[in-house]
Amino acid sequence: MTATTRFLAAMSALLIVSLPFAVAAPEAQEGGVTFERLLNAADEPHNWLTYSGNYEAQRHTALDQITPANVDRLELQWVFQARSLQVFQTTPLVVDGMMYLTEAPNTVYAVDAEHGRVFWRYEYTPSQESRPCCGRVNRGVAILGDTLFMGTIDAQLIAIDRISGQPIWQTAVERPAAGYALTLAPLIVKDKVIVSVAGGEFGIRGFISAYDVETGEEVWKFYTIPGPGEPGHETWGGDSWRYGGASAWITGSYDPDVDLIYWGIGNPGPDWNPAQRPGDNLYSDSVVALDPDTGELDWYFQFTPNDPYDYDSVQVPVLVDYPAQDGSMLKLMLFGNRNGFFYVLNRENGQFINGQAFIELNWAEGLDDNGRPIFTPQPPGATTYPGVQGGTNWYSPSYSPSTRLFYLSAWEGYGSVFEAEEAEYVEGRVFLGGRPAPPIPGGALPNLARGHINTWTEATGTGAVIAIDPATGEQRWKYDMTDVTSSGILTTATDVLFTGNREGYFHALDARTGDLLWRRTLGGMIANGPISYAIDGRQYVAVASGNGLFVYALRDE
Amino acid sequence: MRTRTLGRRALAAASLVAFGVAVAAAGGLTTAGAAAQEAHAGEYLQADISFGMQVYSANCVGCHGPDGDVVDGVNLRSGQFRNANSDQELMGVIAGGVEGTAMLPGDYTASELTGLVAYLRTMGDFDPAGSMTGDAARGEAIYNGKGDCASCHRIGAEGSRVAPNLTTIATMRTAGSLAATLANPTEAMLPINRSVRIVTNDGTRYNGRRLNEDTYTVQIVDENERLLSLEKDDLREYAILTESAMPSYAETLTDQERADVLAFLLTLRGINR
Repeated sequence: MTATTRFLAAMSALLIVSLPFAVAAPEAQEGGVTFERLLNAADEPHNWLTYSGNYEAQRHTALDQITPANVDRLELQWVFQARSLQVFQTTPLVVDGMMYLTEAPNTVYAVDAEHGRVFWRYEYTPSQESRPCCGRVNRGVAILGDTLFMGTIDAQLIAIDRISGQPIWQTAVERPAAGYALTLAPLIVKDKVIVSVAGGEFGIRGFISAYDVETGEEVWKFYTIPGPGEPGHETWGGDSWRYGGASAWITGSYDPDVDLIYWGIGNPGPDWNPAQRPGDNLYSDSVVALDPDTGELDWYFQFTPNDPYDYDSVQVPVLVDYPAQDGSMLKLMLFGNRNGFFYVLNRENGQFINGQAFIELNWAEGLDDNGRPIFTPQPPGATTYPGVQGGTNWYSPSYSPSTRLFYLSAWEGYGSVFEAEEAEYVEGRVFLGGRPAPPIPGGALPNLARGHINTWTEATGTGAVIAIDPATGEQRWKYDMTDVTSSGILTTATDVLFTGNREGYFHALDARTGDLLWRRTLGGMIANGPISYAIDGRQYVAVASGNGLFVYALRDE
Repeated sequence: MRTRTLGRRALAAASLVAFGVAVAAAGGLTTAGAAAQEAHAGEYLQADISFGMQVYSANCVGCHGPDGDVVDGVNLRSGQFRNANSDQELMGVIAGGVEGTAMLPGDYTASELTGLVAYLRTMGDFDPAGSMTGDAARGEAIYNGKGDCASCHRIGAEGSRVAPNLTTIATMRTAGSLAATLANPTEAMLPINRSVRIVTNDGTRYNGRRLNEDTYTVQIVDENERLLSLEKDDLREYAILTESAMPSYAETLTDQERADVLAFLLTLRGINR
């Protein structure tokens, strides 16, 4: 043995010895993340186990170290700098001190959540046939056991070993050349991984589908557009159902008690020419409740029938048990819709309970007793509010059981001039049927990203965080921002609300009053939802801005 | 906290602005075509069409011919295209060319692409005899003389910094929007460029032009050409003026003079161009 090899051997031994102390997560559990743990995510608030934090999708943490009184002691701990320049839309998962993070388009990192150091990197190169409409983005992974699951922009689903960072199986969900893509974080329910497809601008026929977590084999598939002979097929005139879109590009939620998953469905296509698809176009712009074992439809509620405005209903359905006046608990779904209305539904049967506009809008004058909009189409050339990007969008809302308020990111005073035209379906090409124009020529367009100069002003639309009381649908408070926002929202048990905006601010508000508590300039658009976790009793908050992930904790006094 | 003496525009007001621009364009520089243009998406401004015709004559007519029907399978005049349907696709083909054909990539500015598409889309109805063509050399003389534009605007190292810099204006604005600005600056002003009047909590006053703004701060260039970044919390008054500081040239310049100035502005593509 030479001196060099003796040295290397000694170093290896040292590494092996030092591993448990230096990097292994102290709270790591045998068997990884079981379905039981996902069901009881509330029991381990130090982890962030699913896209929306828990199955109810409330984006609320029970961690209570950071409070309105001490939030100004938040201090930057570490930064993860992405190599990709795509919009950073991912929600990281945190499991027992380990963070699993995706970078656009389809790279996964395992990161020490305390220090930001990387254990491994798995890079998947998507097919050149992929053609996502709106950025080569990814919104995160799901975890079950010791396996991570990632959807890709070329419509593949990949299982990855969380220790080695190597793939286990890969399943083709659909054909990217036809416009299909997976941008959402999958949802695990029992022994299945559930995904759904993007591609609503390419004349796809949307679906939600489930795969065996062990083998990747498809278990069920629910088409979001009913085929011939199925109920709802009659809501699509002629052959329009074949190319009707109804994609579903945001992760849904799950209620284990009624054993239903809830999923928001996207716009019908062609986007802006409803005359080409006469009828209500089920289940576009709806929320559907499905049996997670079979994919069978239990109920649906449609927000915008025969949509001419691209009002995708891909918002996250937030599940809330809310006390009724007689003391019983109502099983509600809260839904802040892109069309500008906030809805309260009974999530056991889909019954409409209440709905109110949360912004000024003019495409509808209100909702009827069944929650169906009363359309008020604007004359040609006039501005429709909200504009094509909606009153809100896929930005994750939050519900706080502490304040009993629902919080969402809104765009106000923002409109588009819609114009329809005949569109011809050609596989793999955009299928839009017209265009939305800004009401002010040369005015700001609803871009998905933002440069350093703000082109959004009081004339083109502004952003806001709105707190809504689900009992009345009324706005409790509003926090105005100059630019529109793409950020999700996190609330804490101590009534701190974290969010960001396109201006690159990461700020904390008082969840009860909407007062600003703290702000930092991170310098890049915030387009994901902040999360919180804890290691060794210390609470962290992580948020992506621009191309970096920024992690904060309280500094010592 | 955020004081704003001129609040957000009402929904109806925003629509009026959009309508106003088209009316200004139609009533100002247009001489070709019969009808005043209505304000809805997808329509083409007369200044863009006229400019597009000039760009077409200089770059396209050699292969496509004056009536756009020389290339097999393509009839630009009747809207028969081989590789594009939408305006966006048309711009892509014009800028990127068509591989394996004589249609080569072209180095066009956004204003030229906008003009070309506007012209292609309206070729069938276009009456060149009624179109007004500007002269860039005459326009430059008006810019420096009768128009007195350099007292506020700057090109390269010449002129004031108070109003927006025009060195690369042809790459940033279309012919249609520039024509509208000359006739009616207030209606065509981009909102981010609005003038602001500011009074700080300690009584200091600033008048200037907004360069950038966010929820908590605003960046301006003031009337003394200073760059200032101000915290809104420190401001007693923050007024965003919807009236442009630029005078209208609808009356003080003739239609021909404004067309000349427009032609000059459309040559401003940067210091090395």
